[in-house]
Amino acid sequence: MTHPIVRFLARRLAYSLIVLLGVLVVVFALVHLVPGDPVRIALGTRYTPEAYDALRSASGLDRPIIGQFFGYVGSALTGDLGVSFRNGDPVATILVDRLPATASLAVAGIVIALLIALPAGIWSALHEGRISDGIVRVTSQFGVSVPDFWMGILLIALFSTTLGWLPTSGYRPLLGDPGGWLQHLVLPGLTVGLVAAAILTRYIRSAVLEVAAMGYVRTARSKGLSPRVVTFRHTVRNALVPILTITGIQLATILGGVIVVEVVFAWPGLGRLVYNAVAARDYPVIQGAVLLIAVLFLLINLIVDLLYAVVDPRIRLS
Amino acid sequence: MTDHAIEDTHGRVASWRLLLGNPVTVASAVVLAVVLVIAVTAQWLAPYGINDVDVPNALQSPSGAHWFGTDELGRDVLSRVLVAIQASMRVAVVSVAFAVVVGVTVGVVAGYRGGWVDTVFMRVVDVMFAFPVLLLALAIVAILGPGVTTTMLAIGVVYTPIFARVARASTLSVRTEPYVAVSRTMGTGHVYVLVRHVLPNIAGPLIVQTSLSLAFAILSEAALSFLGLGIQPPQPSLGRMIFDSQGFVTLAWWMAVFPGAAIFVIVLAFNLFGDGLRDVLDPKQRTMLEARRQR
Repeated sequence: MTHPIVRFLARRLAYSLIVLLGVLVVVFALVHLVPGDPVRIALGTRYTPEAYDALRSASGLDRPIIGQFFGYVGSALTGDLGVSFRNGDPVATILVDRLPATASLAVAGIVIALLIALPAGIWSALHEGRISDGIVRVTSQFGVSVPDFWMGILLIALFSTTLGWLPTSGYRPLLGDPGGWLQHLVLPGLTVGLVAAAILTRYIRSAVLEVAAMGYVRTARSKGLSPRVVTFRHTVRNALVPILTITGIQLATILGGVIVVEVVFAWPGLGRLVYNAVAARDYPVIQGAVLLIAVLFLLINLIVDLLYAVVDPRIRLS
Repeated sequence: MTDHAIEDTHGRVASWRLLLGNPVTVASAVVLAVVLVIAVTAQWLAPYGINDVDVPNALQSPSGAHWFGTDELGRDVLSRVLVAIQASMRVAVVSVAFAVVVGVTVGVVAGYRGGWVDTVFMRVVDVMFAFPVLLLALAIVAILGPGVTTTMLAIGVVYTPIFARVARASTLSVRTEPYVAVSRTMGTGHVYVLVRHVLPNIAGPLIVQTSLSLAFAILSEAALSFLGLGIQPPQPSLGRMIFDSQGFVTLAWWMAVFPGAAIFVIVLAFNLFGDGLRDVLDPKQRTMLEARRQR
C-alpha cells in the first residue's frame, strides 16, 4: 500500500490539474469572447489588410477553434504564450522581465504584514475582551476598509513630497542597485503590507482563539503548566497550521491584487503590465499575465496544502 | 400559538436585542442609513452642479462656500463626492444583487441535488476562485470595454463564487434535517422544499456575506474607476477623483482626502455591520455572546 502522504499528494495534484485545465479554458476563451474582431480592435489606426493578415496568422486566430485551443494549451505547456499585439515581443519574455518587480513587492508586503499581524493577532487573542484586544480589532477593521491606492497616494504625499525621505515612484533592480531597490520598495511595500496586515491580524486572532478553546489547552492549564508554556507550546504552536494557510492565501492574493498599487507607484511589475495591456487591448499579453498569475495562485495553494499535510498528520490521514 | 412558533418569535426578539445591544453595529447602521439617503437624493443635496467649471476659483481650500474645497477646474468637491457616492452605491448594489441571485441559485441547486450537478458546479466555482478578484474583473472589462454596465457585471461575476460556496455549505447542512425529509416524504415538490425550508434556514450566513460583499464591491468599483476602467467621465466617481488628485496632493490635499474618506467610511460601515450581523446570525458566535452576557 502506498504511503498516505503520497496518496494525499497525488489527490491534491490531480485536483490542481483539473482546475488548471479550467483556467486554461477561461484564459483561452478570453480573446474569443471579445465582441468583434480582436485583431482588428488591437490594430486600431494601424490597420492595413496586410498587417491584419500577418497578425491574425501569427496569433493563430485563422485556425479552427478546437485546433486553436489545443494549439494554445500545447504551446503554453512549452512556455510559448504567443506574441504581443503591440510590439511583437514574445509574451513569455515580457512576463519573465516583469516577474522580479512583482515578486519583490509581494514578498516585501507579506513580510511587513507578518511582522505586524503575528504579534498583534496573538496578543489580541490572548487578551480577548480587554481594551487592547478592542484596539487591535478596530485598527484591523480600519485597515481592511482603506482603499490601497488611496493609502499609497497619502504615503507618497507624506514621505516623498512633504518630507522628501523616499522616492515617489519607480523601481531599481535588486542586483544592479540594492540600496535604490530598497529605497524604492519601502512605500509600495508598506502600502501592500499594511492592508494585508489588517486582514492577517483578524485571521490570526481567530485561529489562536479557536485553538485556545480546545480541550487539550484546558487540560494543559488545569494540570498546572505555566501560562507561558500553555500559550506558546500548546496554543500558538497549534495555531501555526491555519496561520500558514492564511499566509499562503494572502501571498497569492497580493500577487493578483497589486495592480492598483503598481500603477500608483509606477512599479514595472505584472500588475501594471496587465493594466497597460487592457488599455492597449493587447490580448495575448492579458492572457499570458492572467494565466501566469492564476498558475502562481494554484501553485501557492498546492504548496500550502502540502506543508499543511507535513505539519499536521491528521489532515493527510483523513 | 404552537411551541415552535413561540420559540421562533423568541429567537427573533433575541436576535434584534443582540443586534441593537451592540453600539458599533447600531452606529454602522446609522452611517449606512445616511449613505442610503445620500445615494437616493444626491442630485438634490449637491450644492453645485457636478460639472460646473469655475476656473478662477480652482483649487480653493475648504470654506463656507465649498465645504470640501474645489478641484483643478474649480468644480465643487462636495457635490462631486455626493453624486459619486450615489454611483458607487448603485454599482455595488446591482453587482452584489447579481452575485446573490446567481451564486445562491448555483449553490443551493448544487448542495440540494448533489451528485454530478454538484461536482460540475463546484469545479467551475473552484476555477473562478483561481483568479484573483481584481484581475478577473479587469479581464472582463478587457473583453467588454470599460463602462458602468461592464463594471457591474465584472464585480457581480467576481463575487458569485463566494455566494455559491456559502449557499452550498449551508444547504448541505439543512438538507439532512428531519423536517426536510418529512416534507419530502409527504410528497412536497423540490421547489417548494427549497423555497419554504432551505432558503429561510440558510438566510443568516447569506445576509452576513451580502453586507461584507457590498464593502468589497465598493472597493472594487473604486479600484476599477481609479484605473479609468469603471465609471466614465463626465460622471464623477470616487476612484477617478482620487486618481485625478495625484498631481495636486500637496497643493490641494482635499481633492484626495475627501473622496478617499468617503470610500473608507462606507466600506468600514458595511464591514462593521456585517460583523455585527455575524455575531447575531452565526449560532456558534451567538451562544458565546449570550454566555458572556449572563456572566
